[in-house]
Amino acid sequence: MALYSDKVMDHFQNPRNVGKIDDADGIGEVGNAKCGDIMRMYIKVKDGIITDCKFNTFGCGSAIATSSMATELIKGKSVEDALKLSNQAVVEALDGLPAHKIHCSVLAEEAVRAAVKDYYDKNGIAYNAEEFQIHDCEHCSE
Amino acid sequence: MFVYADNAATTSVSKTALDAMLPYLTEYYGNPSSLYAFAQKATEAVTEARATVAACLGAASPREIYFTSGGSEADNQAIMSAARLGARKGKKHLISTKFEHHAVLHTLKRLEKEGYEVTLLDVHEDGVVRLEDVAAAIREDTCLVTIMFANNEIGTVQPIAEIGALCREKGIPFHTDAVQAAGHMPIDVEKMNIDMLSISGHKFHAPKGVGALYCRKNIPLFNLIEGGGQERGKRAGTENVAGIVAMAAALKESVDNMEEDSKKMIAMRDKLFAELSKIPHSKINGSLEHHVPGTVNMCFEGIEGESLLLMLDANGICASSGSACTSGSLDPSHVLLSLGLPHEVAHGSLRLSIGEYNTMEEIDHICQVVPQVVDYLRNMSPVWDELEKGQRPHLI
Ligand SMILES: Cc1ncc(COP(=O)(O)O)c(C=O)c1O
Repeated sequence: MALYSDKVMDHFQNPRNVGKIDDADGIGEVGNAKCGDIMRMYIKVKDGIITDCKFNTFGCGSAIATSSMATELIKGKSVEDALKLSNQAVVEALDGLPAHKIHCSVLAEEAVRAAVKDYYDKNGIAYNAEEFQIHDCEHCSE
Repeated sequence: MFVYADNAATTSVSKTALDAMLPYLTEYYGNPSSLYAFAQKATEAVTEARATVAACLGAASPREIYFTSGGSEADNQAIMSAARLGARKGKKHLISTKFEHHAVLHTLKRLEKEGYEVTLLDVHEDGVVRLEDVAAAIREDTCLVTIMFANNEIGTVQPIAEIGALCREKGIPFHTDAVQAAGHMPIDVEKMNIDMLSISGHKFHAPKGVGALYCRKNIPLFNLIEGGGQERGKRAGTENVAGIVAMAAALKESVDNMEEDSKKMIAMRDKLFAELSKIPHSKINGSLEHHVPGTVNMCFEGIEGESLLLMLDANGICASSGSACTSGSLDPSHVLLSLGLPHEVAHGSLRLSIGEYNTMEEIDHICQVVPQVVDYLRNMSPVWDELEKGQRPHLI
């Protein structure tokens, strides 16, 4: 299956940061089982910095690889920087994804945002709600 | 260990088939349409292959065998031809099932766009069409019933002889896509009252790109491909002589060894069913009673099929799945959905299709690897977490 780049295969076969954080400061979950992808992202925050990040993912090879890469990209970053993570950055870090798998990188970006939103909610930090809209998958919300 | 467990997708070319075809690539490469004696060898080989294929399918005459480029072409020609014939008599209704191969379904879709009416029968939870449903769907203007012999994804076998008898009684042409059955199950077009039947060489150890359409002599056949007068004018194009010879040799070998091979394959298949069923929240898809010898299709809740396949690949196992991610569309396979499986469950499907070349050691390897991989992926899955905590109901 030469569908994926070596980077994707590496992150699929040796995913980084798999698991749960029991005392997470923020948890975000996106996707749904009907579509075949669900990502749950846990973050631990100290002094505005994401000190730890873990994920659980149900989905195809690229869903697992994009989750893994996203955790790598935001770990050690400030919460504000994590919010700037774009799906394109995840795709580039993985040396590309097939066109029909780009939605997995969008999910990864949204999982990070959902976790940060949860962190803001739990800590009474104000934010602009418009920036945290999750795009519902048209197919699933039919 | 490397285990090829995707024989429903394609098979290796057998030594018998390869030995049979090689001389027609190197020594007797003449065009069967040529006049000189040198080309006679090729002509004779095609004639002999036609007789062999006819005998293997129980056809009354070799003249009822038309060689094609494969199963898809045979399906297309059978359906388009029957539709054209029907239209001449003002009959524009066709009956089929929801879980046919796309070679059939997409051809029917095309006919619908051209103004035909199509009834797609339910295959129920067990993946078997009911004779009563076929009978109830037949109308005055029905010009074809096309129902597959055995399903390619779940391996269920349809009541072909019964449907054949019904169609004969009603005077309606009956086609069956026997691509997954040929060489693996007994076929007799006479006894089973089959009017048209498609086969494909690469599913029984012949090369890819060669197949055949059986068409009963009293059923007019229209061309799909126009050109020269090959195949008695019904299928133009210089014959794929080597492929045709290989297909006949492979089919004969498969039919000759069928009893012994199926015993061996059934033992391997049943071991897979028994061992993999021990995985909690798993489900076997399709009736076990009406089943081809080699195909195993199961769903494992809480995981997704593509990641399962990639993990199996990393462990040397070639298999397939009906998940959306592997079908390249947003929906899981139409076959699994036709059984009434929810999307969530259908995403976690695995098809293992074994052949006579597989060994029990290979089956043991699969039985060892699959539970480990399922466990690993479930542990990574938030869905499994919720299922285990009772926050989400188990569906299987
Ligand atoms: C049931 C069925 N019909 C038709 C086909 C198409 O055959 P071919 O690949 O020879 O065109 C296949 C195989 O893919 C099949 O499994």
